[in-house]
Parts: sequence; C-alpha cells; structure tokens
Amino acid sequence: MKGRHNLGWTIVAAVAGIVLAALWAAPLLWALSTSLRPEYETISPVFHWLPQHWTLEAYGKVLGAGNVPRWLFNSALVALLVTLVTMAVSLMAAYAFSQMRFRGRDTLFVLAMLAFLLPFEALLVPLFRMMNQLGLINTYAGIVLPQVVSPVVIYVFRQFFDAIPADFREAAVLDGASPWRVLWSVYLPMSGNIVWAMAIVTFIAAWNNFLWPFIIVTSNDMMTIPLGLTQTYDAFGVRYAQLMAAALLGALPVALAYVVFQRRVTHGFLAATGLKG
Amino acid sequence: MTSIHRRRETLPAMLLLAPFLVAFLLFFLVPALQTFWLSLTDSSLTRTSAFVGLANYATLVQDPSFWAALGNTFYFSLLTVVPLTVLGLVMALLVDRFTRAGAWLQGAFFLPFVLPISVMTLIADWMLQPTSGVVNYLLGMQRAWFADVHWAMPMVAIGTIWWTVGFNMLMFLAGLRNIPRELYEAAALDGARGFALFRHITWPQLRPVAWTALVLQLIASLKIFGQTYIMTTGGPYNTTRVTLHYMYETAFTQSDAGYAAAIATAFVIVVVLLSLLQGWIARRVGGRP
Repeated sequence: MKGRHNLGWTIVAAVAGIVLAALWAAPLLWALSTSLRPEYETISPVFHWLPQHWTLEAYGKVLGAGNVPRWLFNSALVALLVTLVTMAVSLMAAYAFSQMRFRGRDTLFVLAMLAFLLPFEALLVPLFRMMNQLGLINTYAGIVLPQVVSPVVIYVFRQFFDAIPADFREAAVLDGASPWRVLWSVYLPMSGNIVWAMAIVTFIAAWNNFLWPFIIVTSNDMMTIPLGLTQTYDAFGVRYAQLMAAALLGALPVALAYVVFQRRVTHGFLAATGLKG
Repeated sequence: MTSIHRRRETLPAMLLLAPFLVAFLLFFLVPALQTFWLSLTDSSLTRTSAFVGLANYATLVQDPSFWAALGNTFYFSLLTVVPLTVLGLVMALLVDRFTRAGAWLQGAFFLPFVLPISVMTLIADWMLQPTSGVVNYLLGMQRAWFADVHWAMPMVAIGTIWWTVGFNMLMFLAGLRNIPRELYEAAALDGARGFALFRHITWPQLRPVAWTALVLQLIASLKIFGQTYIMTTGGPYNTTRVTLHYMYETAFTQSDAGYAAAIATAFVIVVVLLSLLQGWIARRVGGRP
C-alpha cells in the first residue's frame, strides 16, 4: 500500500493528523491538569499550563463529601441493570425472530423495527405520565425500564443468528432440547463476540444517558452521574479543580471500557449502524 | 419447516418474545400512540382532559416561540451536519493512512464520543470562562461566549463537534476498509497518484457511507437538547432554545402536556420529512447504490 503514497501527501497528512489529534486531546488534558491543582490556582491571574502544586486534593474532596460517590453508584447500578436486562430480553426475542416459526413473525418484527424511526424524545411526555401513575418517579425501576427496549440490539442479534447454519439447531432439537436450551447452550456460546460488543456499547450508552434520567429523576439521591454533574455548581460552587475532578471521575468507567475493549466498542457501534455484522 | 413444527413453536416463541413485547408495548407503542392522542387534548402533566381536536396545532402554527425554537434547531444543524461529516471523513482518511500512529489517532478522535454529555459541557464551560478560561487566555480576550447572542450557538456547535465527530470517523473508516485493494492497485498501474486516487476510487466507493453519515447526523443534530440546555439553558434571549427544549418547558414547567405533545408530533413530522428529502436528494445525485 505504501506505493500509493507520495512524500508531499504524507507530510500534509502527518501535519494534519498531529494538529487534529492535539486539538482533540487538549480539552481532556486541560481538564486533567486543572483537576490536579489546588483550588486557588484555578482562579490565579497568572496562567500556567501545568499545576504549580500537584495535588489530589480535588479528588479527595469530591469523593469524600457531597453526592458524587452516590451518583457513581447509581450510574453503575443502572448501567449494569440496563445491560443485563437488554441482553436477556434481546437475545430471547432475536432467537424467536430468527429461528422459530410462528404466525405474524414478520409483521411483528417490522413493527418492532419501527421504533428505530420514532425518536425517543417524542415519547417523553406520555412516558413520564405513565411512570408517574405507576409511582416509578425517582426509582431505579423507573430509570431502567424504558431503556431496555432496544430494536437495534435485536436487529444485530437476529442478523447474527440468521447466519448460523440451521443444522446446529436441528441437531439439538432432535436430541430433545427446548428452544431455551438451544439458545443457551448452542447459539449463545457461538455468539460470544457480538454479545460482548453489544453489551459494552449498551453499558456505555446507559452510563451516559442524560435525557431519560433528567426527566424521571428529581431527587438528588437518585441521580446518575451525567445528571448529577449538571448539579455540581450547587454542590461545589464554582470550584473548577473539583468540577474537573468530578467530570473525569464520571468519565472514567466509560473511558476505561473504551480503552480496554477498543475493538469490541468499535465493532459494536459499527454493528449498530448496520455497517458490519 | 413442517406444519407440526409450526404449531409446536408458537407457544415457546411467544414465551421467548414476551419480555420484549411487554416492554415494547408499554415503553414504545402505547406512548407513541398517546403522544398523538394527547396532542388532541387539553391535558396537563398529571390529568387527561377535554378533547380539543386540532386546536393545539392551530395554536402551534401561530406560535412565534415554536418557530423561533425550530429556527434555532435548524441553525444548530446547519452549523454541525456538514462539518461533522466532512471532518469525520478527513479523520478517517488520516487514521487509515498511518499504520501505527493510526491507532493513536483513532483513539484521540473517538474517545470524546464515549464521554457523558455533562463531562463535555463542564469542560467546555471551564475552557470558555470569561476571565479564567484557556480560550480567552489564548485569544487575549475576556469574552463571555455563552452570554453572547452571536457566539453562544457556534460554541455549542463546536463543543458538539469535538464530542461526536469520532462516530462519523468510525463509519467512514469502516467504509474505507471495505474498499477492495485491487481497485487501488489497478488504478496505480494506470498511473493514478495522490488526489486522483481519492477522486476516482475512494470517493465513489465511500459515497453511500457519506450519505448514511449525513442522514444519521441530520437526525442527531435535529434532536439536540442536552448541550444547549446544560451550557446555555436556552439563552441568551432564547437564541439557543431549541425545539425539544421548548417541548420540555411546555410539558414540565408549564404542565401543558397536550401542547407539548403537539410540539413533539410536529417535531417528528419535521424529522421524518427532512430525512425523506435527504434520501430523495441522495437518489437524485446517485449516491446510494
């Protein structure tokens, strides 16, 4: 492939790459640099790129007082529940849509895919009213439940199951295995990669979800971290070292998930847009 | 499949589908129908009241606040859709070009996309502070960017571009890696180099991906709410109050669920119409296979 590159273009590309990468990394590095300062340095009239006194004080304050630990816990619980329930619900539905024969299957599948088209935002008012009637405002169930309907995940799993030769299922059925057993012991083990990819992407999306928790949560104790971070001015006043520390702590789990599982995250997002199965 | 199988499988299939169907019904289908139904009533956030026909829509078409919010939404889309698509393509080309450094570039461009929205907005707010912000330091200014009617929306757009461009980069990268290498080798034998390769091979092959990215980006941009709500709360003077923000205020601060549902329905119609229009243009231009 090197043959198609000439030197001029390589230099242009290298410069553009370095400039863009620096621009894209700068905000996070600047936030990190801010979070490692004592508070007085953030409002100092003399500007420094790096902390003059390196300190973890801001992280200590954020984790030691206020609601940040509670918000992190809520986010972790909600994101895990959303991921587990979405995976279970979607795997079962995708298996039925892909491998089983029943009346109305295709109609039902098309109907489910309609949920792609209608923006979730359009459902907020009736969803809130329903949750209010069910008494689920400010509850974990209220935060989690509407997030488990994921036609995209079902679509991706179904595509994957469709590609598995039917012989596997037929052999298992002949041995007397129930559909549940076939899904659990035959299809699931063959789908490890795609299940992991979708689970990580679902986890990241659930951790980051802002809109629905914003609607359904009013109590400080029940906030997830993306929502809680918008309240931090009230919590800390304008203390930028602490604000940046709280922001980076809120980003840490998803940033780690991305860095550790980079391939699977990439694969999952591409699968969700239908570019790769 | 024999008919015996067909009969046998209906019940187990329904059992497997049941959790999804219940959730789908409760959290999608019923609320979707209710949005439309509510838009024909005078309901509040907690009570369902009188059927008023199309009265909410009659009010809507004459409501300057609605049109202003829709205008702000379009302005944000104008500032983001094309830049995000073009920049995504440029980034993908860069990532694809360098073998080792490419992985680092990809990480740098994509990482912001996985961060929560409030992390992006907090960092943007800190960088754009009038007196202590790094942007003003570099420019030698003391501008309050989010309080400036001319600059508030562009700054929200820049924050959004930083935050989300990685996803478009990823789509283009997948597209680039799907292009058969033989095409380049054949073109190179014919003497094509540099930009000619991009123009005659890469771009024609990528065009379908570019249209997909544009459509997804347009829909995503029209759905803007969190960025402006957190960074500017719709100000200054409502110049960044977008459609979904107006819907949210109508429903949750004024408890006018009927009117909010009408705004939601109108919003869905706008989104669908614009995506159809874009699809139509794509076919006219011959971008889609």
